[in-house]
Amino acid sequence: MSELFLARLQFGSTTIFHFLFVPLSIGLVFLVAVMETLYVVKGEDVYKRMAKFWGHLFLINFAVGVVTGIIQEFQFGMNWSEYSRFVGDVFGAPLAIEALLAFFMESTFIGLWIFGWDRLSKKLHLLCIWLVSLGTLMSALWILAANSFMQEPVGFVVRNGRAEMNDFFALLTNPQLFVEFPHVIFGALATGAFFIGGVSAYKILRKQEVAFFKKSFNIAMIVAFISGMGVAFSGHAQAKHLMESQPMKMAASEALWDDSGDPAAWTAFALVDSKNQENSFEINIPYALSYLAYEEFSGEVPGMKTLQKEYEEKYGEGNYIPPVKTTFWSFRVMVGAGMLMIFTSFLGLLLNFYKKLESSDFYLKGMVWLISFPFIANSAGWIMTEIGRQPWTVFGLMTTSASVSPNVSKASLLFSFLSFTTIYTILAILLVYLFVREIKKGSEHTAHEDKEVAVDPFDQGAYL
Amino acid sequence: MIALNELWFILVAVLFVGFFFLEGFDFGVGMASRFLGRNELERRIMVNTIGPFWDANEVWLLTGGGAIFAAFPHWYATMFSGYYIPFVFVLLALIGRGVAFEFRGKVDTPKWIRSWDWVVFIGSIMPPFLFGVLFTSILRGMPIDGQMNIHAGFSDYVNGYTVLGGITVTMLCFLHGLVFLTLKTVGELQKRARELASQVIYGVLVSLVAFVGLSYVETDIFSNRGLVSLTFILLIVLSYVFAIVFLKHHRDGWAFGMTGAGIALTVSTIFTALFPRVMISSIDAAYNLTVYNASSGNYSLKVMTIVALTLLPFVLGYQIWSYYVFRKRVDGKDMIY
Ligand code: HDD
Ligand code: HEM
Ligand code: HEM
Repeated sequence: MSELFLARLQFGSTTIFHFLFVPLSIGLVFLVAVMETLYVVKGEDVYKRMAKFWGHLFLINFAVGVVTGIIQEFQFGMNWSEYSRFVGDVFGAPLAIEALLAFFMESTFIGLWIFGWDRLSKKLHLLCIWLVSLGTLMSALWILAANSFMQEPVGFVVRNGRAEMNDFFALLTNPQLFVEFPHVIFGALATGAFFIGGVSAYKILRKQEVAFFKKSFNIAMIVAFISGMGVAFSGHAQAKHLMESQPMKMAASEALWDDSGDPAAWTAFALVDSKNQENSFEINIPYALSYLAYEEFSGEVPGMKTLQKEYEEKYGEGNYIPPVKTTFWSFRVMVGAGMLMIFTSFLGLLLNFYKKLESSDFYLKGMVWLISFPFIANSAGWIMTEIGRQPWTVFGLMTTSASVSPNVSKASLLFSFLSFTTIYTILAILLVYLFVREIKKGSEHTAHEDKEVAVDPFDQGAYL
Repeated sequence: MIALNELWFILVAVLFVGFFFLEGFDFGVGMASRFLGRNELERRIMVNTIGPFWDANEVWLLTGGGAIFAAFPHWYATMFSGYYIPFVFVLLALIGRGVAFEFRGKVDTPKWIRSWDWVVFIGSIMPPFLFGVLFTSILRGMPIDGQMNIHAGFSDYVNGYTVLGGITVTMLCFLHGLVFLTLKTVGELQKRARELASQVIYGVLVSLVAFVGLSYVETDIFSNRGLVSLTFILLIVLSYVFAIVFLKHHRDGWAFGMTGAGIALTVSTIFTALFPRVMISSIDAAYNLTVYNASSGNYSLKVMTIVALTLLPFVLGYQIWSYYVFRKRVDGKDMIY
């Protein structure tokens, strides 16, 4: 195991772990804000209970999202110091702005929201949760601006061996950001919606608080369906954009070794043989890749061998083909999950409309399992995006092997990797345990718990 | 006019002053929960005094880190890679502490709560200690080579001087937290917090004096910017002397102002003593990282300056508002955590 390998392993695992909680936070807080808005507008108590119940789950998740994020913030300097030196000028700015603009907002108003139910007016309290939601969106926007720079570097010049920013607005208007941001946000909303949908399905199956959870389910499925469509359309926009910005990633995600020919077929399944640079077996859907890439039923897509030659001329000798199998399969897992999500959310809306939801045991059971799908799709999406960009950290500018810290030893890396992995495992177990507890307790209980006033310790005899 | 990289050095210093002032007291409250709390309920009250604030306080550190990254990429790279293992511990502590606040009240069994109380304590005592070690060793100088990389051995991180620095910072936070508790609690608990603070403050003074003494031997803070350092140190001692007086007269608000001033001045002393260096090389002064050779280009500094000066007033505004909303003392009624 080399230092580089360990650094990548640690970065990949901690970031994926962070991104299990991030989309759930973004999605849930938005839905909780919607519920509290319904409460303030309609004045019905059930919506307040809804906001509180799902809010409780959101808070448990948010805490883990926050603490796993702290690692991310420092990890660039710790593990990727050469990278930080090279691009800090451009890359540090969005990170600093994220902290200043988004993290302060999230953390302050979440405190006000948790502790402010009885201290703030209804409208002010509602404003707090919307500001938290806005904060999570801002946070996503700036971190994705940073990530988009790595996919498609803009707004800089290389001077004295470092990338220096020379156009801040180019960073913000990066075409990659315009396709990446909506895709990630729709993915996050879908994650929150399927979580609420799945948990509600579980409670309906158990015949507990059926009316309450049917209402939650319906709200969730509306958001799930819209964001499912949003994810598909924005994902398509990304694929189209990839043809211009990183055709190698596109070719790898299609396991396309040789040029496709015109029109290009989409490979639904392939046995990839990276060593001989060929696929021993393929199932192809004619025309579909041309459509994905160009929105037309014609047009050729260049293969990896062609691109490899082009890149060698441009960047010098080296292997510019990313791990094909990983890229290929993570793309398919994501798209497959997305299609299933659109279908099931639509079905859920129909069942609810025809009042068949409660009797559809099979569907409800399926929805409980489907909670995991957005998480799988999110991880698969990032794996495709980041691994498909290899060997680059910053596309066309800096390779991953040149990014790593030269002075951090294998022992240190192993130590940090093992300790982070251990603490993450513990966190994951605790989180699931607490989720299950809260869900079993149900909404009546949370509402009751919050009303219960603790004994006043300064009342004579309270604890003597 | 000062140059932009000098301005950013000041801004980074301000962010760290804010961090130690604010998170300082919530670290202190976390430590105090062990020494002061006689039962579960009292510890719960203490955790609730910082409940709405600790996350936002921690963001001062994140913003400080982000500001270093954006304004001084070499500083960010050198420091975080050079202090790899200490930062792993800081991160583990902050992770544990953050979830402990949120999780401890979620299950109502003594064992669960007791475990999380320990996590709160350890998570609150480790970071200030490690940050103390970090800043003292930076002040003392680290083996930084011509490529700006630290290749240090154990004794560069851990030696008498840096450990004393760690203890001093921990004590400062502990005291600050105790005085914060006198502001946010009532009755018996408040009285005990005040009594303990009045004792701890002498420990603070002793470790501060020892620390200044050793700094004279170990660093160049007196030869480099002697008069300024001396003035600061005088003011620090004065703050704590005043704090003793205020505590005696139960003027808790004023005492809190003084312990806060003490922390703010201590951090400022370190930053002024460093300037214009940001990392000192013990191998060769030519390898020092300074605000000039470690900084970003002028364009990004300009952009960042505009952004920071626009946003900071809003951030300060709503943070102050949140302290105003939760100005009341925590008396055991409607607690969340
Ligand atoms: C698309 C969104 C997104 C992405 C790609 C990332 N994060 Fe994140 N992060 C968030 C969205 C987010 C959030 C929604 O704002 C969080 C997560 C859940 C939460 O509770 O807040 C958060 C929390 C969070 C925190 C804690 C903030 C606090 O204390 O309040 C830090 C320091 C970071 N993140 C830093 C990072 C870094 C350096 C990343 C890059 C590797 C990163 N995050 C990826
Ligand atoms: C939160 C969602 C993200 C996930 C799940 C994710 C995941 C990954 C994965 C799997 C790798 C590849 C590791 C390998 O090649 O072995 C990687 C690489 C990398 N990513 Fe991301 N990433 C995310 C977001 C970001 C963002 C927002 C940034 C920058 C702001 C970023 C910066 C990097 C860097 C510097 C590398 C290079 C190091 C490496 O190759 O391991 N990532 N990431
Ligand atoms: C339905 C069809 C979908 C298509 C056609 C699609 C397409 C894509 C493409 C082409 C990328 C890579 C972009 C790049 O590397 O620049 C991507 C990334 C990603 N996808 Fe999807 N996707 C779909 C569904 C989903 C679903 C359902 C989710 C999650 C709920 C999801 C989450 C992500 C994430 C988190 C990334 C990484 C960040 C990014 O680059 O945007 N995707 N997707």
